[in-house]
Amino acid sequence: MIEVNDLTKRYGSTTAVDALTFTVRPGCVTGFLGPNGAGKSTTLRMIIGLNEPTGGSVTVQGRAFRRRPRGLRHVGALLDAGDVHGGRSAAAHLGVLARTNAIPLRRVGEVLDEVGLDAAARRRIGGFSLGMKQRLGIAAALLGDPPVLLFDEPLNGLDPEGVRWVRDLFRRLAGEGRTVFVSSHLMTEMEHTADRLVVIGRGRLIADEPLAAFAARGAGARVRVRTPDASALADAVQAAGATVTRDGDGVLLVGGLGSDQIGDLAFEHRLRLHELSVTSASLERAFMELTADSVEYTAGEASAGEASVREAGDAR
Amino acid sequence: MTAFSPVPTASDRAVTQRDDPRPRFRDLLAGEWFKLWSMRSMRWGYALSALGVLWLNANSAIADVQDWSHFSAAQRASFAPGGSFADSFTNNAGITVLLVAGTLGAMSLVSEYASGLIRVSFAAVPARRALLAAKIAVLTAAMLAFGLVVTFASFGLSEAILSSKHAGISLAQPGIWSGLAAAILLPTVSALVGLGLAAVIRHSAATVVAVVTVLLLVPDFLTDNHYWTACLAHAMPFRAFQFLHDLTPYRVNPYVKFPVQPEGEWWVFLLWPLVSVVVALVLVDRRDV
Repeated sequence: MIEVNDLTKRYGSTTAVDALTFTVRPGCVTGFLGPNGAGKSTTLRMIIGLNEPTGGSVTVQGRAFRRRPRGLRHVGALLDAGDVHGGRSAAAHLGVLARTNAIPLRRVGEVLDEVGLDAAARRRIGGFSLGMKQRLGIAAALLGDPPVLLFDEPLNGLDPEGVRWVRDLFRRLAGEGRTVFVSSHLMTEMEHTADRLVVIGRGRLIADEPLAAFAARGAGARVRVRTPDASALADAVQAAGATVTRDGDGVLLVGGLGSDQIGDLAFEHRLRLHELSVTSASLERAFMELTADSVEYTAGEASAGEASVREAGDAR
Repeated sequence: MTAFSPVPTASDRAVTQRDDPRPRFRDLLAGEWFKLWSMRSMRWGYALSALGVLWLNANSAIADVQDWSHFSAAQRASFAPGGSFADSFTNNAGITVLLVAGTLGAMSLVSEYASGLIRVSFAAVPARRALLAAKIAVLTAAMLAFGLVVTFASFGLSEAILSSKHAGISLAQPGIWSGLAAAILLPTVSALVGLGLAAVIRHSAATVVAVVTVLLLVPDFLTDNHYWTACLAHAMPFRAFQFLHDLTPYRVNPYVKFPVQPEGEWWVFLLWPLVSVVVALVLVDRRDV
């Protein structure tokens, strides 16, 4: 359990984190979402006492983490996979951490096995790919078998197999009753990972709720239809009260109707469908719309909300 | 997506309720000791510098033995003990130790800041002062061992070489232990000053520049001509070492207006590392990483 209470961090006149209050509960994976520069990393650093808050407080398992003499049995954290010294081997890096926390050295082999780095245990970290460093960072977080785990952008640099492995791992850790807090700036990453979301923008809390509730905040789910009879189908669904957006050649995004209704309409009008799918754009849209006002770095002069929503749709 | 179960089960409680083993300083020492030697570059750094210093000192003794026939009778007569002792730990060896140990000491801390490892270290051990104290203890032990090995090996080697001209001195030489102690402590003094600078600066390149500047350049630039420059010069660790390691009875040069105050030099030599350690321990707890 992580309890963040009115947490604030200022650097000079810049407010990186602005009066954040939320709770991360055990037993589920909580996503920590926000655009670049929203204050996610600063918040994570304050949770484990690396940065001192300007105001407010944060406790982990009821205590300020900074007051604990040793940390690994309480919180496992992967903040940046690059936070390692390239001159040491993977086993030596973990060996140092294990020794300082009086963790039996056999745990080093166990966690390296678990993250699939057993073959690379004796190799220097300097030669590792980003994906291997992410795995090593996850191994370090697991070393003390802690009840609370923090991960800052853990999916960066992982291949698809690695991404699936990490997601399964997070589920399993949460299933064991642990608190799992995972940050990301990509909604799509969270969609298949998190049960709950904490969303921030410009250091302020935007949402703290279950994933489904957050998704419902979006402009509603839309159905993607690919058909050689696009104009005829567009007329048909509009007549049934739906909104239609053309999305490239022969592709329609239909809002206001379910996929079954659209399928029935097409059948009645004898129109051929090549694809009919509920888009996952709803979560992305919810995220974009809610954070549009708080995006720190926007491209060009275009109104951030409109532009990014459209881009997100187009990219699909 | 698995179901969210807010009610912890019995096994969940085992995960969330954790009894920490009593924190022991010796675990931190073990970690820092392993951290130091698990890096190949450190092992090579210590070994090669020791050999280098040994070679510098032996080489100076060899040069004096070879030049012995060119020395005047007066030079030969006055060579021991001052000249003989100087050959056992030359000024160049002192400069080398200063730079190597100063850099190794600085790197032991600044490499963690530069790589970001410090965040992992502090997340594992939130008791930052205890962790840094362990690092300082390990560094001090390693540098003391380095100083002991290098000083006595150099002394033995150089004096053995000089004994061929009957110019060697023994450990029974009056006043020699103070000089030997200064040589033994020089790596520790340099390394701890380096670590202190690293704790303040926290950037690799700037730290190394600062180490070279403070330990070597500043004392080199300062002269004894003005009262304030003389005071500063005599307050530098390298000048203190040069004075403490000089076996020649302290001569007052009539042209030096502001000579060294002998009784103060041990204080200079020991206060530098002490202040560095205190500064490092104070700062480490106060700054974000």
